[in-house]
Amino acid sequence: MSGAWPTIHFLVNGQSCAVRAPAMKRLLDVLREDLRLTGTKEGCGEGECGSCSVRMNGELVNSCLVPVLQAEGAEIETVEGLARNGELHPLQRAFLECGGAQCGICTPGMLMAATHLLARNPHPSLAEIREGLAGNLCRCTGFVRIFDSVIAAADSTEARADQAAHAR
Amino acid sequence: MSTSTTNRIVGAPVPRKEGVDKLLGRARYVDDMEREGLWHGATVRSTIPRGFIRSIRFDRRIDWNEFTVVAAADIPGKNHIQLIAADQPCLADGVVNHCDEAILLIAHPDKHKLRQAVAGVAIEYEPLQPVFTIEESERQDVVVWGADNLLKSFLLEKGDVDSGFAAAAHIVEGEYRTGAQEHLYIENNGVIAEWRAETGLTVWGSLQCPFYVHKSLIAVFDLPEDKVRVIQTETGGAFGGKEDYPSMIASHAALLARKSGHPVKIVYDRMEDLAATTKRHPSRVRHRTAVDRDGKLLAMEIDLATDGGAYSTLSSTVLSRATLHAPGPYRCPNVRVRSRSWATNTVPYGAFRGFGAPQACFAIERHMDVIAAQIGMDPVELRRRNFLHDGDTTATEQVMREPVILDKLLDRALTESDFCAKRERFARENAKSRIQRGMGIAAFYHGSGFTGSGERYLDSLAGVDVPSEGNVRVLVSSTEFGQGTNTVLTQIAAETLRLDYHDVTMAPPDTGIIPNSGPTVASRTAMVVGRLIERACLQLIDLLREKAGLNAEYSRDEFFAACERFRAARGELASLVRYQAPPGIHWDDQRYRGEAYPAYAWAIHVAQVAVDTVTYSAEVEEFWAVQEAGRILHPVLAGGQVEGGIAQAIGYALYEKVILQDGHMANSQMTNYIMPTAEDVPPIHVYFEEIPFRHGGCGAKGIGELPHDGPAPAILNAIMNATGVSFTRIPLLPEDLFAEFALRQDAPATRPVEETAAV
Repeated sequence: MSGAWPTIHFLVNGQSCAVRAPAMKRLLDVLREDLRLTGTKEGCGEGECGSCSVRMNGELVNSCLVPVLQAEGAEIETVEGLARNGELHPLQRAFLECGGAQCGICTPGMLMAATHLLARNPHPSLAEIREGLAGNLCRCTGFVRIFDSVIAAADSTEARADQAAHAR
Repeated sequence: MSTSTTNRIVGAPVPRKEGVDKLLGRARYVDDMEREGLWHGATVRSTIPRGFIRSIRFDRRIDWNEFTVVAAADIPGKNHIQLIAADQPCLADGVVNHCDEAILLIAHPDKHKLRQAVAGVAIEYEPLQPVFTIEESERQDVVVWGADNLLKSFLLEKGDVDSGFAAAAHIVEGEYRTGAQEHLYIENNGVIAEWRAETGLTVWGSLQCPFYVHKSLIAVFDLPEDKVRVIQTETGGAFGGKEDYPSMIASHAALLARKSGHPVKIVYDRMEDLAATTKRHPSRVRHRTAVDRDGKLLAMEIDLATDGGAYSTLSSTVLSRATLHAPGPYRCPNVRVRSRSWATNTVPYGAFRGFGAPQACFAIERHMDVIAAQIGMDPVELRRRNFLHDGDTTATEQVMREPVILDKLLDRALTESDFCAKRERFARENAKSRIQRGMGIAAFYHGSGFTGSGERYLDSLAGVDVPSEGNVRVLVSSTEFGQGTNTVLTQIAAETLRLDYHDVTMAPPDTGIIPNSGPTVASRTAMVVGRLIERACLQLIDLLREKAGLNAEYSRDEFFAACERFRAARGELASLVRYQAPPGIHWDDQRYRGEAYPAYAWAIHVAQVAVDTVTYSAEVEEFWAVQEAGRILHPVLAGGQVEGGIAQAIGYALYEKVILQDGHMANSQMTNYIMPTAEDVPPIHVYFEEIPFRHGGCGAKGIGELPHDGPAPAILNAIMNATGVSFTRIPLLPEDLFAEFALRQDAPATRPVEETAAV
């Protein structure tokens, strides 16, 4: 049976991977089961809750709705790729400080949605943050401190960019 | 006195204890776990609400030798889920009492084969007439539980209600209804169970109360205590939904593990979790109230009914809390509350944040506005004239010995929300606008800890130990599921021991390691268990002074040096303490009288709403919450509890509707069971007034449930203020507004808007 499965090549967090899997296997399951990247979570399995959000070629996708075949040649970013050299990403730090994570199950997806938002719009307004995160459900926080976290991360990114400018 | 005046750690926004793991995506939830040789489990459920099982047939096209199948006959011990009563079977045996009741369990190494196997089981039933509503159940024409369908009843009486009505200037009646609500934790219920002949049973799972599951497994498997071990994995939200249900799913996985000889994982998908697990009790509350000319409450007669579902589970204790919260935070000399929980053929309703109080609070706080409108008084003033104060007695004749500062909370809520000016302005603007705005208020308390003598019965044990050099561990069965248990309990220990926050960790939530500090429910963790940790830490300091030469003043290094001296001389170093009731706590279970709760948290909520008379949407535009919940141990976590509770309660009021068709949940998906999203939650302003409670952990009272009690009535009161229509049911969806406004001749858009209160 598995002999008929295609081998699919893609990049996950900058590392190249080759996975033999049924073409219609969900990207979510490939990440969690084949690659043991369990940071990406399943909440509903129908694209409503956003817990399985990852970035694929720079787009935010629900990995529960993506057949792995579609990921052939793609660049995938998951929560495991956010921290660099043992240092938290500014968004992770802001979520920690502002109370953006409670039970933590929506957090990986929320972080990916927020990363995506800031990548496209480094200084979003509150309305833009609300819209940008509307596909990610959190049942614990009421979202308030998630918004605070995104604002704080945007500010800190700005501060660092300023410092970099001064350094030049 | 329990609290030190130097707050280095308590009250500071230290990082969430397990926060980094959660942010890195490396926190291990149950579905992230693997075991060698793991199989997967699935459940065959009833498709009818009530009836006899006549036959079970297995599709011959499936090779059943590959599968392990478990039925009621495979249960080695008792076929029931051990809770308050023992009426709920672990697996249906010959009869089913609700849709989606578990009948058979199936396990296989490949989880993708399970769906087909479940579909390959054909069950033939002989249907019996079901009961679906409180009204059908209380008629008792069809008896579906016990002799009379009555799961539990209470009668609470104070004073002489009849004489109160005889003296009334006004008598105001009202009936209020609340619907079921789904917890919608983002992580569904799930467990892994492993059976070994020599060591017994081990279960890992997403759960709130390890010792509830432990007790239940002992009964189902007829095993001694030491042969059952329950370990909580990181838990992705609970809200009460993982208080009792994990005992069921854990028993199921364990039965499959024992029979198959493999570890078995059962993780529900969203549809199964929504269809088969507990929800908040629907309610119907009738108020009849006597009021004098000045708006003073003379007598309250309250008839409260809940729908308990097919088995008794936690309905009696939910009803108890509803009963005790039904009269609201008001002084009234004559009160009668008659409450009953009725059985129906639906999935048993269970624990959900607030635990009966949100239902009771919706009724009384809506009713206060109805009274105000009827007697022509400002609803704010009506509340103020009747608030409880220090020294007053509640309906159970509990004397308020701790400060009650409702007036102060109310003043602050009115000021911060600019309540009165906005209400006037909206009344003017509404007259010529399609958007009708309004302001609404709710005043309420939430009793912290178990009701009545509950904490005494629990007899909680908790403490700290020093298992290795430089590491103090907190030993509790109180679990983390987002609300901050790990953080606040380690804060309390570090503060009391005068150590750094990082010196204290949590012992693993494993019944093989931790003592039973009771369930993680009832807003009891910070107050009750926190106080145990504080006492255990003080006891540890005394022990080290006495036996290991620790000085009265000590540095961190001196403390740990003393620990090492103690350990070298005596082996283990641990300090455990048992619950002691605060003085003056007396409760009479028979007469329902006395100190219903050791402490109360108090709050005023204000909602600003906008009702669109064209689209019929009602939106909360802004929300204010002012509360007194003792000392705030962690401002970020406490604020997060309040905001999250309010968001969940906005869903309860305006979005979340459980639709049952023939007893089966018809909208068991996130696509059609709608919770508030990031775009729906308004700005929420949170204010704390802090009065440290002497008998709570570093001064804390309960905070987790309080915020779910007030939003629904505050929002519907605001809608009444906006539109002049007194809605009495939640959830209140656009179609309900449509039914009221569009189908009525005098819809608000076409008539002058009444002011509901003198401003």
